[in-house]
Amino acid sequence: MKLIKAIIRPDQLGDVLKALFQAEVHGLTVTRVRGHGGETEPVETYRGTTVKMELTDKVMLDIGVSEPFVEPTVEAILAAARTGVVGDGKIFVLPVEKVYRIRTGEEDTAAVTPVA
Amino acid sequence: MIRRLLFLTVLLLAAGAQSAFAQEAAEAAISAPDTAWLLVSTALVLLMTPALAFFYGGLVRSKNALNTMMMSFIALGVAGVLWALVGYSVAFSEGNAFIGGLSMAFLSGVGVEPSGSIPHLLFMAFQGTFAIITAALISGAVVERMRFGAYLVFIALWGLLVYAPVAHWVWGGGWLADLGALDFAGGAVVHVNAGAAALVAALVLGARKDFGRQALLPHNVPFVLLGAGLLWFGWFGFNGGSALAADGVAALAFVNTMLAPAATLVVWTLLDYVRTQKITAVGVATGIVVGLVAITPAAGFISPVFALILGGIAAVPSYYVLLWRARTRLDDSLDVFAAHGVGGLTGALLTGVFAQEAVNGTADGLLFGGVAQFGVQVLSVAAVFVYSGLLTFVILKGMSFVTSLRASTRDEGLGLDIVNHGEEAYTEGEGAILLLDDEVPPVLAASANGKAVSTPSLH
Repeated sequence: MKLIKAIIRPDQLGDVLKALFQAEVHGLTVTRVRGHGGETEPVETYRGTTVKMELTDKVMLDIGVSEPFVEPTVEAILAAARTGVVGDGKIFVLPVEKVYRIRTGEEDTAAVTPVA
Repeated sequence: MIRRLLFLTVLLLAAGAQSAFAQEAAEAAISAPDTAWLLVSTALVLLMTPALAFFYGGLVRSKNALNTMMMSFIALGVAGVLWALVGYSVAFSEGNAFIGGLSMAFLSGVGVEPSGSIPHLLFMAFQGTFAIITAALISGAVVERMRFGAYLVFIALWGLLVYAPVAHWVWGGGWLADLGALDFAGGAVVHVNAGAAALVAALVLGARKDFGRQALLPHNVPFVLLGAGLLWFGWFGFNGGSALAADGVAALAFVNTMLAPAATLVVWTLLDYVRTQKITAVGVATGIVVGLVAITPAAGFISPVFALILGGIAAVPSYYVLLWRARTRLDDSLDVFAAHGVGGLTGALLTGVFAQEAVNGTADGLLFGGVAQFGVQVLSVAAVFVYSGLLTFVILKGMSFVTSLRASTRDEGLGLDIVNHGEEAYTEGEGAILLLDDEVPPVLAASANGKAVSTPSLH
């Protein structure tokens, strides 16, 4: 099992969700986050105050998947979240020690397999 | 203008109402009450443009909230200045049947002398507020994708080439005035005109990149309600002030402006309820605006009971055009065509049905035997619709040869607030680093045109 954390542009979220659902990945958590990557910071001006916005809004997806789903999930996100401009985000694939489904107490692969 | 004032004067005399006012008007002396009411009305109509900014601003996504509101606010500057410089003259000075002259350009000869029963300058300012909001209305069709610079050029050209001539046709002694077209406060001049321009502008610009693929939802529905409420408030000046006097006709227009949208609101919520078993807030706000639009051409010509009927009827075509539009590829984003185009057409045509000579001595509509009047109404809205649509197409196509009308796809994704304005509507200041004078990048100047600095932040 792996935990896939993807940090993407908020305006790509719709496309990414669609791609994930098409890849039959249905279990995920979405968080609004702010962060800093390689992108140039936009400069904003409010009256006499000029600021550089060092943090940009992103969306983070947390997806726990069984081994056969790792590749399809990553590929779906790569394809749907890419615009080709700096700031498209990152995907991290992390090992997972243990997974439980709270409702049934199922463990590991059974816990991340969608109910049929 | 003179024709319109004479017309109103005659109308007042014929009605035999307020003979004191009528005599004053006939003697072309300034009337204190009329002037007071028009001063207030002008301020009321001016408030409608910020109100529209809230109405439109609430309907878009948060990353475009400022850009959308700025499209209305900037009209206060661009259209306001051009109106004083040239627009007023083109619309209201002596000319031919289609266009006025330049004799009053730069407000030449427009002073405190009487124009009807109010100072000429005040009449100019009152009409100026109409020119401003008409330009701003079109923005609803192009939000979230049109480049701000291109929008500025567009409303400047449109105000001079479309609004001013059409105002001349109907109110400035042009050919529609000669035919006797009834347009009390701008059903054709303002709403059909803006509605046709919006339809064409949406077609020329094309849809937003996410249109039809993602749900593009209003980011602040309370803003939409606030805007609709303030629009209604301002509309009392729009319609009530169009009597150009503080008299019975003004009272009639005022009352009709209260009643017709109320009826539209009721019918709209019923339609909403029957269709979805819910009464929606955005629906209520839209219904109010449609009712206001529809009563505009009729306000001073029909009795209050017919205003209720007109308002109720007007909900239906706009409601269904709005539903139909959402299922097409036509991205008239904020439904300017459905609300203002269709609402204005309905109102202008029903003016030709419900107008009653007995109400204010003008003309009878279809219901009272005035078949010809109805024909004139059909002709007037058709002429305005076709002219506005054609000229809007020519202006935008012409501009597109010189500059791009749309923001780039990437800028559209980032949101036009940051790209075009270098501001965010709802920034929390988290991660904002204060730049001291010597640190401000030289590109900041370039960022004003939306190209240089802004990259990948998003919203």
